[in-house]
Amino acid sequence: MNAVEVAQLDARRAWEAAAAVPDPEVPCVTVADLGILRDVRIEDGAAVARVSPTYSGCPAVLAIEFAIETALRDAGFEARIERVLSPAWTTDWISAEGREKLRDYGIAPPEGGGGKRALFGEDTVTCPRCGSTDTRKLSEFGSTACKAQYQCSTCAEPFDYFKCI
Amino acid sequence: MALPDALLELADDHLVLGHRLSEWCGHAPMLEEDLAMPNMALDLIGTARSLYTRAGELEGKGRTEDDLAYFRGERDYRNILLVERPNNDFAQTMLRQLYFAAFMEPYWQAALDSTDDVVRGVAGKAVKEVAYHIRHAGEWVIRLGDGTEESAERMQEAVLDLHPYTGELFDEGSVEGEGALPSRAAMHGAWEATMKDIFAQALLDWPEELGQMRGGRTGQHGEQLGHMLAEMQSLARAHPGAVW
Repeated sequence: MNAVEVAQLDARRAWEAAAAVPDPEVPCVTVADLGILRDVRIEDGAAVARVSPTYSGCPAVLAIEFAIETALRDAGFEARIERVLSPAWTTDWISAEGREKLRDYGIAPPEGGGGKRALFGEDTVTCPRCGSTDTRKLSEFGSTACKAQYQCSTCAEPFDYFKCI
Repeated sequence: MALPDALLELADDHLVLGHRLSEWCGHAPMLEEDLAMPNMALDLIGTARSLYTRAGELEGKGRTEDDLAYFRGERDYRNILLVERPNNDFAQTMLRQLYFAAFMEPYWQAALDSTDDVVRGVAGKAVKEVAYHIRHAGEWVIRLGDGTEESAERMQEAVLDLHPYTGELFDEGSVEGEGALPSRAAMHGAWEATMKDIFAQALLDWPEELGQMRGGRTGQHGEQLGHMLAEMQSLARAHPGAVW
């Protein structure tokens, strides 16, 4: 293997190590599923992971950065984290696979695209248990910054909804 | 006034309002609100952190976000008076939130085109978060304004108490409108449209002629800010240099 191939292999291995880190608050999905791990590069022999916070004040940001750094070190890399604010993370970046995992876990994935919503408009949220769209919002703010509380009127199950931002 | 000072003003607005909201944690009238208010507080404090860090970088004196938040006294804080107003009752808390959020939404929208990378990044997050704040606070203002006799009376009292502090939202510093930060005065139309729409639904009277209170941007605060900062800063000042 020449040096370029080794570098590419390292970059791929670093990405795989970082990408497998689960979100600390929603452990069914990885940081790659959520789209908050932007990329991992090899710079001067060190793995540099670029990470976007989900919400401005998300208390999990530090924990996530630390977990990624640890995963990279465990894979044998010198590691560094860069926090990327711009462009801002949006729920549009959650992968199709990530959405499926959320639903299986009992969290309704964000519906439709992010962007500005009409004031006082309501999303149609599908119950992750029974698939009914006859659901109602209990609280705009839920157990974590990224979620709202909903309840299904068909099967009566209360559930978290991953808010669209 | 340079950009770091202007960023500091914006950061102070967010930290002070965020801290005020956090004072409700554990005291809210219901569980949902006990989640909602700290959630909004987190958004505001998170925004403040990024802005403090950026202000410190641009200032170039090596001050960190913690230095700026915890080691400046009351007279050095540059927040507008509206955000330091005490929580009082729920009507006042929600109206204060709405006044501020209805200003910040178009402001962040305009800041998406900022020439400063960090401001643009912060705006991208905050513009979506603040839309939720408008919704949440707006729904309460409508519910209370168009509610019982008691709630309507309290809401209208809140308007008379807080409206005099809204003029300061639109006072320009010297760098607003120059590229990094949007003009504040330019937000007045959008702010008034949002507010009047919600007031109409809440059956509240829009006060046309009320004297305006100013002073926060020059460090002349009400008596309540010092008490708030004393509590907020006590831990950092008791253990200077300590980090998590």
